[in-house]
Amino acid sequence: MYQPTGPIIAFLTLALTAASLLDSGCGTTIGSTDGAAQNIALLNVSYDPTREFYAEFNESFAAYWKQQTGQTVTIEQSHGGSGKQARSVIDGLKADVVTLALAYDIDAIADKAQLLPKDWQSRLPHNSSPYTSTVVFLVRKGNPKGIKDWSDLVKGDVRLVTPNPKTSGGARWNYLAAWGYVLKRELGDLAKLKDPAAKAEVDAAQAKAKAFISELYKRVETLDSGARGATTTFVRNGIGDVLLAWENEAFLSVKEAPPGEFEIVVPSISILAEPPVAVIDGVAEKNGTTAVAKAYLEHLYSPQGQQLAAKHFYRPAIAESVSADQRKHFAQLELFTIDDVFGGWSKAQSEHFDDGGLFDQIYQPGK
Amino acid sequence: MATDTKSRRATNDPLWLRILLIGLSIGFVSVLLVLPLVVVFAEAFRAGVGTYFASLNNPAAWRAIHLTLLAAGISVPLNLVFGVAASWAIAKFNFPGKSFLITLIDLPFAVSPVISGLIYMLLFGLQGYFGKTLAAYNIEIIFAVPGIVLATLFVTFPFVARELIPLVQEQGDEEEQAALSLGASGLATFWRVTLPNIKWGLLYGVILCNARAMGEFGAVSVVAGHRGSTNTIPLYVEVLYNGWNAPAAFTMASILALLGLVTLAAKTYLEWKVNQQLHDTLEPIAAEAIV
Repeated sequence: MYQPTGPIIAFLTLALTAASLLDSGCGTTIGSTDGAAQNIALLNVSYDPTREFYAEFNESFAAYWKQQTGQTVTIEQSHGGSGKQARSVIDGLKADVVTLALAYDIDAIADKAQLLPKDWQSRLPHNSSPYTSTVVFLVRKGNPKGIKDWSDLVKGDVRLVTPNPKTSGGARWNYLAAWGYVLKRELGDLAKLKDPAAKAEVDAAQAKAKAFISELYKRVETLDSGARGATTTFVRNGIGDVLLAWENEAFLSVKEAPPGEFEIVVPSISILAEPPVAVIDGVAEKNGTTAVAKAYLEHLYSPQGQQLAAKHFYRPAIAESVSADQRKHFAQLELFTIDDVFGGWSKAQSEHFDDGGLFDQIYQPGK
Repeated sequence: MATDTKSRRATNDPLWLRILLIGLSIGFVSVLLVLPLVVVFAEAFRAGVGTYFASLNNPAAWRAIHLTLLAAGISVPLNLVFGVAASWAIAKFNFPGKSFLITLIDLPFAVSPVISGLIYMLLFGLQGYFGKTLAAYNIEIIFAVPGIVLATLFVTFPFVARELIPLVQEQGDEEEQAALSLGASGLATFWRVTLPNIKWGLLYGVILCNARAMGEFGAVSVVAGHRGSTNTIPLYVEVLYNGWNAPAAFTMASILALLGLVTLAAKTYLEWKVNQQLHDTLEPIAAEAIV
């Protein structure tokens, strides 16, 4: 018996037509254009908690650039865990600029993909970090577990949320902040770290720090791949008692959540987190966007850029560009740098976070 | 008494047991399937119909819908052609490595979608095998639309073929032999004998394939680069949700759910259609048997 094949032929024709139509419509929407053209596209590959800041900053820069040159610039954003984002750029994500969570991730791009010179960090003021932040605690209404400082995190049945240091820059700052706290508690003065005479004392303190971090990570509920995922876990899904968070991310959570739902606890000491920015020369040159990419990053240091950073709870690198009133948001606490305590990012990375490093030794999933 | 209980048929089970079992199944389905679906739509419309359409009326949303349809629109027809060819080859010919081919077709089912994304990264990423060559010719695959399409193609690969192979195997090639011996050309045989025989299975496979193509998250997430221009609907839902924009996230989720429901409706209609056809073909035989 002959059966009609009409529906199948109709479907096939429809699907193929749709595909070809869609395909032809697609080519016009993507891609950076030449610097001399009127419309310029930039891709800013950033880390997790900068979404809101760059959404507003991009508008500010587009207006500024239009006024300066008459060109229209549209900036596309990409957000995710800092380490993962760096990996993507190395694998070919065409970022004109990167604005990542820590210098090591940009070093990795310079190292593995040779897309920018190794001395990139000296190209812009303040170690190429136009804004800084630190690590604080976000707790639930009324601080039911009575968290005041790092030592309270490993008391009783306190459960924590922090992202995975393997993929997230914020997570690495969290981890190092906790480590630095123990060194400070044990040594009293962090200058001893550089004093050869105090070696025995320093070794003992390092061992204490390792034990503390080990206990800390036993209490971690989830290791999300990026800071924003961790925030979502804590804020929306109600998991854990304390979120170790970027200061700006903690402020944002308090602002976005119903009033009074969360409180910020500032510890006695924390780390000075310097999220750096850089033009990816190899990509920008190919796209013909070097000039606009440079101007984009320089705009971060302008009073306007610094104002916006402060508005989104980042500590401006040039403190004078914001009012004393705005500065009051940022708690005064002792901040140590990664260079002071860990001898810079590449050392910290290889000792703590590379495969087989201290983090792998102390954190065994399921134990 | 004991033997009496044992020999009882299911329909004689006590009322309470029947109520319990039915209640349990309905309860499970409601909690696990219906409730989340309702929540998606409730959340999407929570801020009002105006907000719902406002979040749709946004270039990023349209681009995500556009890219999702594009990926499905390319991978479904390709998989359809491949599925028919593969099932034909497997069912009607004997060749060395046949069982190996069948196993290979199943590979995307067995491999985690994330791995399949990473495979393309290793092949076409800048540090991958072909990365430098592609970059020299300015060909973008990873972190661009072709990567999304490739990843979708990979995860949806087995659906049509898997649906067709048993069907074609079961049917054998007698009808085709007859058509050929009566002088029909190969193409005519395919259009008028083979295709009508497999059309419902084929459509069913296409529908499943389409559902997966539109809903895939893991594989495309790896090759998309978290940027606006390469967001499919599922990726865009994540971006919105992480950007404190839950209403818009649920709006997009509801679009995806809607597409899923349409697929489900089409599948149900097909099943009904197939049953009816089976009924029609069986009835004359049954009638003959009685005579």
